[in-house]
Amino acid sequence: MPILDVHDVTVAYHRKLALWNVDWTLDEPQLVGVVGPNGAGKSTLIKAILGLVPIVSGSVRIFGRPLREERLRVGYVPQRESVDWDFPVNVLDVVLMGTYGRLGWFRRPGRAEKDWALECLDMVGLHDLQSRQIGQLSGGQQQRTFLARALAQQADLYLMDEPFASVDAATESAVLSILRKLRDQGKTVVVVHHDLRTVPNYFDHVLLLNVRLIASGPTATAFTDSNLHKTFGGRLSILETAGEAFRAQEPTK
Amino acid sequence: MDLWPDYNTRIVLCGGGLLGLGAGIIGCFALLKKRSLTGDALAHASLPGVCLAYLIIGERSLPGLLFGALVSGVVGISVIAVLRRWTRIKEDAAIGIVLSVFYGLGVVLLSVIQKPHPGRQPSGLNSFIQGKAAGMLLEDVYLLAGLVLVALVAVVALYKEFRLVCFDQAFAQAQGWPTARLDFSLMALVVLVVVIGLPTVGVLLMAALLIIPPVAARFWTERLGVMMFLAGLFGMASGMIGAVGSAVVKEVPTGPAIILAAVSFFVVSLVLAPRRGLLARTWRAVPRERPG
Repeated sequence: MPILDVHDVTVAYHRKLALWNVDWTLDEPQLVGVVGPNGAGKSTLIKAILGLVPIVSGSVRIFGRPLREERLRVGYVPQRESVDWDFPVNVLDVVLMGTYGRLGWFRRPGRAEKDWALECLDMVGLHDLQSRQIGQLSGGQQQRTFLARALAQQADLYLMDEPFASVDAATESAVLSILRKLRDQGKTVVVVHHDLRTVPNYFDHVLLLNVRLIASGPTATAFTDSNLHKTFGGRLSILETAGEAFRAQEPTK
Repeated sequence: MDLWPDYNTRIVLCGGGLLGLGAGIIGCFALLKKRSLTGDALAHASLPGVCLAYLIIGERSLPGLLFGALVSGVVGISVIAVLRRWTRIKEDAAIGIVLSVFYGLGVVLLSVIQKPHPGRQPSGLNSFIQGKAAGMLLEDVYLLAGLVLVALVAVVALYKEFRLVCFDQAFAQAQGWPTARLDFSLMALVVLVVVIGLPTVGVLLMAALLIIPPVAARFWTERLGVMMFLAGLFGMASGMIGAVGSAVVKEVPTGPAIILAAVSFFVVSLVLAPRRGLLARTWRAVPRERPG
């Protein structure tokens, strides 16, 4: 039974085609990178899987079932810009929100939820900042708060929208090691990623998207010059850098 | 002057206080969802409904007038939504258009109603523009108490749900919450508070009672729960001070009196709040001698 089955999905809104006949299956737990140019539909794909945007045709199945039956097994890290960081909540409050799915209606988070949330904060190294209002955090800390919230969801499939965007190098490697730990525990992590140089080093499996699915598969076979060319359509400087990194198999910093 | 207020003043105190309490608490959600102006549009758009209800019923029956206000206000909000969906008009312009057109229509209707006519009693509808607490009846206080109770129960029962939907709607939806229905419930509470507050605070300034106490409260805390408590407190105090003030000083209409009281809480908060207040920020910005 596949972990994720995106079957012929087409998404269109505001009279624009965002995704067209995307057909993609994930069978094994792994770390997946989704890459493509701006406007390629990468965020839209994540949102379509989560039911946040209407699907015009096609279907999505998670662990063989429709999303609404498996929501508790799916964790989400949205883009950082999607939230008003001046909102009067602190870090612990945000992470506790990850537990709401299992709590259900009307119930408040109790001791058990609070302890679990603190454990998640520990995993991302933010334990000491639990009472800080979220607007007072740095970009990297905000990203890690979102990650801790997703961890608190105790999911088996994680969908993350640009978790490495605008974070410092230390945060990036901290987040990467958490994602690798998740993968090693048998979870699947799908990441929308923008930095081509790091793809060969970070991801086992890659998806190249530009409204249509250009290629998908293990990084070694799918992340090729010609696929990149088809996806990005001739922006040479990016291709050269990516091509170089791929050929040299350099460890990226 | 006798310190213990007489019956009428007690009624006005309770009514104004309850209204301010409800508006302060509900206003927090409207503020955080950036929907405060929608509350303003709703209030302004309700004026033609009040006038039409009067013309249809033939007399000043409060439930009838409030129902007219509700219908008219909701129509106004729907027009905003239609304008946004079907034209290129942006939200702020759409709100401005509906607010002014409906209000203008209401004023015209009001002048038609006010035209002196032999045998017709003065309608007393003018008080809907700027509010009038004096003349509030015990039934009105019960109505307000009922409203505040409903609002408080909803907020307490659904606190985590409302807070989640206000903070991160996408995440809430992904988690499986019915965000559209939760959103609608919040807006329904806003509509309820606005419509029931119209006779007291008036069409022009009702939205301000939804905005100013939460804004003032925000200065003092980084926790939503505390913010809602303080907003309720500021709202209640403003309601009481304004309502009684305008009942005692007949020339001052109630709406402006309540809002002026609310504004003074705001100014005090703006200046004096620790951390977020002006004085605190200036203090932090001044370079100080470092030891050694």
